[in-house]
Amino acid sequence: MSVWIAIGVTALGCYVVKLVGLLVPAGALERPLVKRLAALLPVALLAALTAQQTFADGQELVIDARAAGLAAAAVALVLRAPFLLVVAAAVVVTAGVRALGG
Amino acid sequence: MTEQTALADKRDGGGKPDSAVVRDALGVGVAVGLSGFAFGVTSAGSGLTLLQTCALSLLVFTGASQFALVGALAAGGNPLTAAAGAFFLGVRNAFYGLRLSQLLALPRAVRPFAAQWVIDETAAVALAQPTRRGVRIGFAATGLSLYVLWNLTTLLGALGAEAIGDTDAWGLDAAGPAVFLALLAPMLRTGVERAVAGLAVLLGLGLLPVLPAGVPVLVAALAAPVVLWAQGRGAREGDR
Repeated sequence: MSVWIAIGVTALGCYVVKLVGLLVPAGALERPLVKRLAALLPVALLAALTAQQTFADGQELVIDARAAGLAAAAVALVLRAPFLLVVAAAVVVTAGVRALGG
Repeated sequence: MTEQTALADKRDGGGKPDSAVVRDALGVGVAVGLSGFAFGVTSAGSGLTLLQTCALSLLVFTGASQFALVGALAAGGNPLTAAAGAFFLGVRNAFYGLRLSQLLALPRAVRPFAAQWVIDETAAVALAQPTRRGVRIGFAATGLSLYVLWNLTTLLGALGAEAIGDTDAWGLDAAGPAVFLALLAPMLRTGVERAVAGLAVLLGLGLLPVLPAGVPVLVAALAAPVVLWAQGRGAREGDR
């Protein structure tokens, strides 16, 4: 049940912010500070999420096969690989390291 | 930007055949749409049911928020804390909507239907078009192809995850963070973005052992205002 609550709240919240952008008059959110903050907020969230989902096991920090997978994804990004290839590199390397007992 | 200057900017870019716009749109729609597989697999691997996984792609339809939500739920986060993290990631779509609204110039009655497609990819394609016609075609073609494919691949990914059982053995738990990294990388343009990312990583990992699941990510979001404040302070000091 609690999963459905999370889905409902997320769906409603995400839809409302999309709609707000289309409905509010131009200029209302155009203050430079608000725009800067809106651009930086995803940077902070994505960085924290990337780190946590790579190094967290429950509430403990660990270095396991996922770290190798993410390193492969980072290399793919530096080589300007397409989006799907970046994700595939992470998955394949993580699976490979695990298969080798890492 | 006022509507008039926006249009003037657009006219300067010259025309572009509709087919070229559709081709750009489908390129993005298909490539990103296929990554719905990764979401379906990750969501099912996180313990969500097939129905819950598909409901997320149909109703939320903004990838980063979906990955964040299932990740937070899998980590044992409180549903509202998990939803808050996903919501804050979705806030950027309001700013895409703001810019798209001026360029699409949709009738008010149509906006609630167009709103669900206001995401990174549709904004990226639509905002790159030189004419209003191009913006509208780009938005619609990207939105439609991505919505259909993303939901289809979510379903297939979730079914596939149920079929293969232990998704971790296949390395599929690395798909979520790899998606985040791929979204993050192009945003790290200047020192300010890198400082925000670095501080957020420190906060997110440092607080993980001591705060309830899902909360460290919300605290890490504070890296954005903190770095902006420090930067503003530095600029003022420099003026003196």
